[in-house]
Amino acid sequence: MTVELALISLLNGISYGLLLFMLASGLTLIFSMMGVLNFAHASFYMLGAYFGYQLSQWIGFWPALVIAPFAVGTLGALVERWGLRRVHKWGHVPELLFTFGLSFIIVEIVQVIWGRPPVPNRLPAELEGPLFTIFSTNFPLSRAFIMMVAVLMLLGLWLVVTRTRIGLVIQAALSNPQQVEALGHNVPRVFMMVFGAGSALAALAGVIGGAVYVTEPAMASTAGAIIFVVIVVGGMGSLSGAFLASLLIGLIASFATVIDSTLLDGLSALGLSITPDTPLYSVWTLKLSQVAPVLPFLLLVLVLIVRPKGLLGTRED
Amino acid sequence: MAGKAKREAAGESRSGPVLRYRPINLGRWTVWGVAALLFVFMPLIFQSGYARSLLSQMGILIIFALSYNMLLGQSGMLSFGHAVYSGLGAYFAIHAMNRVGDGSLIWPITVLPLIGGLAGALFGIVLGYVTTKKAGTPFAMITLGLGELVFSCSLMFPAFFGGEGGISGNRTVGRPVLGIAGWTLGPQVQVYYLIVIWCFVCMAAMYAYTHTPLGRIANAVRDNPERAEFIGYNTQRVRWFVLILSAFFAGIAGGLSAINFEIVTAENVSAIRSGGVLLATFIGGVAFFFGPILGAVVFTMFAVALSEFTKAWQLYLGVFFVLLVMFTPGGLSSLILMNLRVLKFQKFKRLRDPYFGVILSALALAFGCVMLIEMTYHRTLDYSLGPQIQLFGFPFYTDHAESWVFAVSVLVGGALAFRYAWRRFKAVWGEIQVEIEDWIRDNPEAE
Repeated sequence: MTVELALISLLNGISYGLLLFMLASGLTLIFSMMGVLNFAHASFYMLGAYFGYQLSQWIGFWPALVIAPFAVGTLGALVERWGLRRVHKWGHVPELLFTFGLSFIIVEIVQVIWGRPPVPNRLPAELEGPLFTIFSTNFPLSRAFIMMVAVLMLLGLWLVVTRTRIGLVIQAALSNPQQVEALGHNVPRVFMMVFGAGSALAALAGVIGGAVYVTEPAMASTAGAIIFVVIVVGGMGSLSGAFLASLLIGLIASFATVIDSTLLDGLSALGLSITPDTPLYSVWTLKLSQVAPVLPFLLLVLVLIVRPKGLLGTRED
Repeated sequence: MAGKAKREAAGESRSGPVLRYRPINLGRWTVWGVAALLFVFMPLIFQSGYARSLLSQMGILIIFALSYNMLLGQSGMLSFGHAVYSGLGAYFAIHAMNRVGDGSLIWPITVLPLIGGLAGALFGIVLGYVTTKKAGTPFAMITLGLGELVFSCSLMFPAFFGGEGGISGNRTVGRPVLGIAGWTLGPQVQVYYLIVIWCFVCMAAMYAYTHTPLGRIANAVRDNPERAEFIGYNTQRVRWFVLILSAFFAGIAGGLSAINFEIVTAENVSAIRSGGVLLATFIGGVAFFFGPILGAVVFTMFAVALSEFTKAWQLYLGVFFVLLVMFTPGGLSSLILMNLRVLKFQKFKRLRDPYFGVILSALALAFGCVMLIEMTYHRTLDYSLGPQIQLFGFPFYTDHAESWVFAVSVLVGGALAFRYAWRRFKAVWGEIQVEIEDWIRDNPEAE
């Protein structure tokens, strides 16, 4: 592996990791606040991508970048107000099942409106092309744009949570909702706003991610599984853990796809000889790039065995 | 129930032999007998090949959903990856079927579901050890992750999983069943009876399981894991054991599906299948043993019968599911039992008119929604076939504004009527429930 490839993979990994974190941060906030694992979170990400695509067609990319998250956030708040709140009294499992059913419905509605094949969602011309060139490989402007938006968003989120009055109420409601309610704050409304804001963040990630990667009905389930891995690996309810895990998984994904070595190479370097007669020969000859899609899930299993509470988690379950 | 416990407590405290009074449970024998008769006579009532294939799929899903409810309903474990066990069971069964075909195994095809079950249990031991380390929400997420892991693996090892095309087999190979010449499992009805026998045995076994110490302690672990730990049970181990058993039955369902379809693809281990069994189980209701059976029947109706008529069946299924979660989290079985209770207390007459209003307005509302969805779907997917669609036997033109105006007005009218009817229904319903609760409280011995 050359330095050039390593640098590019590093940058790609970071940009993918930051995109994952844009998704995982909203999910973690909602989870730690309401105790609800929002199964439909990735569906809001997908809705963001489709809204972004549709609005870009009508009014251009830049307004869509603002309006689509706003629209999805409103939708999320409505879902919380008229759906989740009704189910809340029946406990966490019905809540989880409600969001699961919702994700089911959203995928179907997306297919009703935009059809089953991917839509031609592209970034505007000013974001196409390379930002800079390392040796001979171009680093695309779009990846840098993802990084920039993610960092700005994180900064904004951090400022809101730590430096504003509403952020204080949110933090207080995180640890002791009854007490906050007793002090006269409308905690259900705070929940609604957090849920809406979380959905909006997911949609923002969707507008960008959908344009840079691909916008299709399957994107919700693909992204959904990965961000669940992120928040379990990072530790349930830990924002900094989610950050670490997002970057880790982003880097693993980007490095694994460019490495072609197999376990066979590693074992023969150790002096072991493996022939086609060896048991499980097909396992030893898999290329790392072929295994790339499973690596996040293997990481999940590994973390669960070695450190069940996650990287930076504090809760045992 | 309370009386029985009292009797037992009295028996324990006395020295000497314990007297046990166990009359034949007539109700239970009747229910199981009727179920068995239904199973036997269904294919005689419905003779078409389509209906029999539908019934076979119901039988398979009944086993699968009951095994799923061993986790969700009885142990409080919400799994998003249960298809892993049934799917891997199906793969092992189909490979065994092919071994029987080339003569290297001489088992009859009828025992292949057992192979599937054992494979499922084996994976339950290995994978379940990891997943059951956690309970609650983390358990749900880990099962989802493991499900994805297995699904991704299925595309990586084509030798075992068969890649995109899957593995196909031939169920008529091997020796004839029980040595009877005509019984080759060729015709669908023979497969149906094979499924039914397995289904009945598994149902009985899973019902019996609920009365074993493990089944009981699983309920305790579901309700209060902390207390279960305090009286000396390792909750993690209880969850693990339950999962292994559940994976065993899921594997049997997988083996049966391998025999029924003669093909196993990666879809069998996918998240779609896992989500399907979750929907089926929850729609039926997790609180009662018979809930998943009901759910399996309804789900198969949606997935097989409704999908013949509309491409949007998953949307309807999803909406149906969400409405159930929101309004009756006990599923269809609790809905039925609530109404039976009203019937038993002879108060159903008062509900008749409100029910009539609710159902009529709900039908109008549903009709409006269905029409809008179908017309939109038609415009995005099949518009090249012409603007006309058939809906409930009537032609509608998706390019005429009148159709859309009609659909929207039916929808809005239905919604308004439903709102009114629902309020009226809810008031009467609440009144009756309060009366029944009061009566039960005043007559505690009436049970």
